[in-house]
Amino acid sequence: MSIKVTLPTAFIRHTDGRKHFNSAAANLPGLIADIDQTFPALSTQIKDEEGKLRRFINIYVNDEDIRFLGGETYAFQDGDEIMLIPSIAGGTG
Amino acid sequence: MAATGNMRFGARKPEFQVCTPHFTFPAYPATPKKRVSAKSSPFPLGKSTMNYSCSRYELKCNECGKRFGNQPLSACPDCLAPLEIAYDLEAVRGIFTKENIAAGPANIWRYAALLPIPEGFEPDLPVGFTPLVRAKNLGKRIGATNFYVKNDAVCFPTLSFKDRVVSVALANAQKFGFEIVGCSSTGNLANSVAAQAARLGLKATILVPADLEPAKILNTLVYGARLIRIDGNYDHVNRLCTQIADEYAWGLVNVNLRPYYAEGSKTVGYEIAEQLGWRLPDNVVVPMAGGSLIRKIRKAFQELIDLGLVDAKLVRFFGAQASGCSPISVAVKEGTDYIEPQRPNTIARSLAIGNPADGPAAAKMIRSTGGWAEDVSDVEIVSGIQELAETEGIFTETAGGVTTAVTARLYADGRITPDEITVTCITGNGLKTTDALAQSYSHLNARAVRPRLADFDAYLRELDGITEPELATAGAL
Repeated sequence: MSIKVTLPTAFIRHTDGRKHFNSAAANLPGLIADIDQTFPALSTQIKDEEGKLRRFINIYVNDEDIRFLGGETYAFQDGDEIMLIPSIAGGTG
Repeated sequence: MAATGNMRFGARKPEFQVCTPHFTFPAYPATPKKRVSAKSSPFPLGKSTMNYSCSRYELKCNECGKRFGNQPLSACPDCLAPLEIAYDLEAVRGIFTKENIAAGPANIWRYAALLPIPEGFEPDLPVGFTPLVRAKNLGKRIGATNFYVKNDAVCFPTLSFKDRVVSVALANAQKFGFEIVGCSSTGNLANSVAAQAARLGLKATILVPADLEPAKILNTLVYGARLIRIDGNYDHVNRLCTQIADEYAWGLVNVNLRPYYAEGSKTVGYEIAEQLGWRLPDNVVVPMAGGSLIRKIRKAFQELIDLGLVDAKLVRFFGAQASGCSPISVAVKEGTDYIEPQRPNTIARSLAIGNPADGPAAAKMIRSTGGWAEDVSDVEIVSGIQELAETEGIFTETAGGVTTAVTARLYADGRITPDEITVTCITGNGLKTTDALAQSYSHLNARAVRPRLADFDAYLRELDGITEPELATAGAL
């Protein structure tokens, strides 16, 4: 099983310029662990002092906010496209 | 009508009037798209090569305190928190005075010293300075004796408070050198970006949810903007725009220009204070979509206190949302410091943001002032629109119906007491959301009356439900 992960440009200084990578993670905690291993600098950026994902990052699975899918309990499906996007924008339309 | 050949003001081809994406508009010559790949991005580290320095203001991260000068950047590259504009208040202390403001133009540019406007930008449009109306009639209905409506339904040029934020954002877009500007929008922002970009000679590309009200779509297309309907809700549009800002060298007013844009909202606060005779109200009721406006009004009040233009006072802030999209209201009521995202389902589409970026900060701020947040149903929203129109002659859009209905409830629940100075912020015009009222009136299928006085008289009696015998009795008296 493999999922495809897309990063915002602001993060690629921690990934040798890579904007996409594949992962075999089964769920969000698995993906975070994978990032810990593969891109330790990115891991430091996206997690706070307590090791939790920063609250300014939103995770999307195939266009859907992962929080609507069960968050950390959501089991990634083969071929899922995961996007990490800072919640910088947003709002007041 | 026959085609009018080369006449400049002749009939347009119908394809320019439809609401589907079009890429052939004559204003866009066949120049290559300004798309850039990630590798050749002008913002390789999420930082721009476009920047300018200014001693009066600059970008600052609220979380880690780091400063970033002035550039099209909305998130801290380190901790990813939203950036805001920080001012050197001492630098404007002798400039931002009541006298200087009074001598300024009757629009938001009288407050330019505390707006992030680049040196050399000459404000052109008379944006803002909308009426603050003493609302005695509505006050009587809801039990308020010291009640005002800040009426941005008549903001220039596109009839919503978004004109304020867009004018500040586009001043910076020009300074940064963007040729194409745009936004993700639920309608009002789209209208304003399209109109003001036209005025400044910038090209506009605007993304909206596909189900937007037809009036808001037309009110964008008419300015010659490129409008793209996205098959999704606002949160989907917004996420896409975040990616677009990452890949295209475009100035998206509420994405990469967001810190500048958001500052424009402060002018609502400056105006309220000045129009109350340089004093602060006791309470402010503000609609919440992304959660930015309510925080910026507070920032404005705080700046006025810091600079000595008004006496210090703890103003209580009240947020208004629709129950069909109430993530900030829920956070305030439950006292959480995070936002549980919602899938919006409300007629108040301009407030339908299920995952508001400034939501956590807004919820925290509201509680810290001793305020509260409420949300109301679609039925109450329509009633709110009608109440405001019937009592004060102000026709607001659905968002204003939300704010009016929430205000009424805050008085009914005793959260606001009658004699406190309270200002309700009306942010948009009812002409843009007439669909919401379509079921409320039967005039469209009302019978037409023959142009004869007797028929008219009979029709009036029919309308008033007066039967013949009653009339006869009245006549006999």
